[in-house]
Amino acid sequence: MSEEYSVEIVNPEKSFLLKDDVTEVVVPAFEGEIGILKDHISIISFLKPGIIKIFSKSGEESFYVNDGIIEFKNNNLSILTSLILNLKDIDKEKISEIQKSAEEELNKSEINDQEKYLLDQKLEVLKSIN
Amino acid sequence: MASLDDLKKRISSVKSTQKITKAMKMVAAAKLRRAQESAEKGRPYSDKMNNIILNLSNGISDIENAPKLLSGSGEDKVHLCVVMTSDRGLCGGFNTNIIKKAKLYFQKILDEGKTLKIITVGTKGYDQLKRLYGDNIIERISFKESKNINYFDADKVGKIIIEKFEKKEFDVCAIFYNQFKNVITQIPQEQQIIPLKTSENEGNSSEDNYEFEPEEDEILSNLLPKNISTQIFKAMLENSASEQGSRMSAMDNATRNAGEMVDKLTIEYNRSRQAAITKELIEIISGAESL
Repeated sequence: MSEEYSVEIVNPEKSFLLKDDVTEVVVPAFEGEIGILKDHISIISFLKPGIIKIFSKSGEESFYVNDGIIEFKNNNLSILTSLILNLKDIDKEKISEIQKSAEEELNKSEINDQEKYLLDQKLEVLKSIN
Repeated sequence: MASLDDLKKRISSVKSTQKITKAMKMVAAAKLRRAQESAEKGRPYSDKMNNIILNLSNGISDIENAPKLLSGSGEDKVHLCVVMTSDRGLCGGFNTNIIKKAKLYFQKILDEGKTLKIITVGTKGYDQLKRLYGDNIIERISFKESKNINYFDADKVGKIIIEKFEKKEFDVCAIFYNQFKNVITQIPQEQQIIPLKTSENEGNSSEDNYEFEPEEDEILSNLLPKNISTQIFKAMLENSASEQGSRMSAMDNATRNAGEMVDKLTIEYNRSRQAAITKELIEIISGAESL
């Protein structure tokens, strides 16, 4: 029996990625990273800023996501996100740009704890890839 | 009858107008292809989003405590209408059709004695509504500066709407836009986004039991604001495709009409030239005869 399933990443502008030979996907879910293998139970979860890792027959790919939501059902994984960047062709400038706006946001006084937590996460991840 | 010179001037002016409309048609056609593409590419996202929300809201057992964005504020007094139009004119009935649809809805609301609030997106909508409903317009937004439609603009509109909802400024929110069917047909749409209508609730996807992380209420309350931005983004994409399509067919018509006008004027010009020659000949002949 094959251990592969399909994954689709969509952002508002287009369908970003479609793969059907995926063996494992690791997503930065809200309460910690989740690795999803074939025949995982149906799940809906939130993503926090982080790295998505996709392992497939053809190799490994990593993406940075800002936020998002995942749905896994019948061996179909859908990832909806507003901002996604492939780590392979990401440029430093873009990262620093996002980093800067996140820092500015963080310095505002009226943010609540949850937002602060998310922004902290974001900065941490950005620093790690930069 | 107009003099020969006048006719000549009119012909050349119509011809130059024709050149403009022709160029606009070409530009619209090129833009249309791009807009149509992005409208089609944007569909999976909003469809998926809708699906997930549907699955989630089916799983919610406690309707009473469901997020307000889903269930509504429990009242039906103040309606907020988001009228989405273009920033530029010369696109046929595009803006007028949306406004017409919106006005019908406004009338209904006002007849029922409810309060009406309007947000206009795009300057043309504001121009057409300000005379009749100027007092009802609470906000006007325009994205003239941003060249391409992007999600962040839509998100801005979404955030404004949500902020107003949280301040309890309205109970029901509907958006108006043109759905792109094909180049000739655009259908003005009215879509209620708060409270969310899950009318297409026929699929029995609820049989699946999902695992939720974090809790489903938390997911829902996070997801619903996103959904509003997504719906607005979808409307903006459909709108831009419709605008270009509408402009293309309008400019096509204008070019054809200008062509007809040039033909008519040319015939008139030739006739009066002929008449002038004949007149001159008669004068010469009768002058010669009288000698």
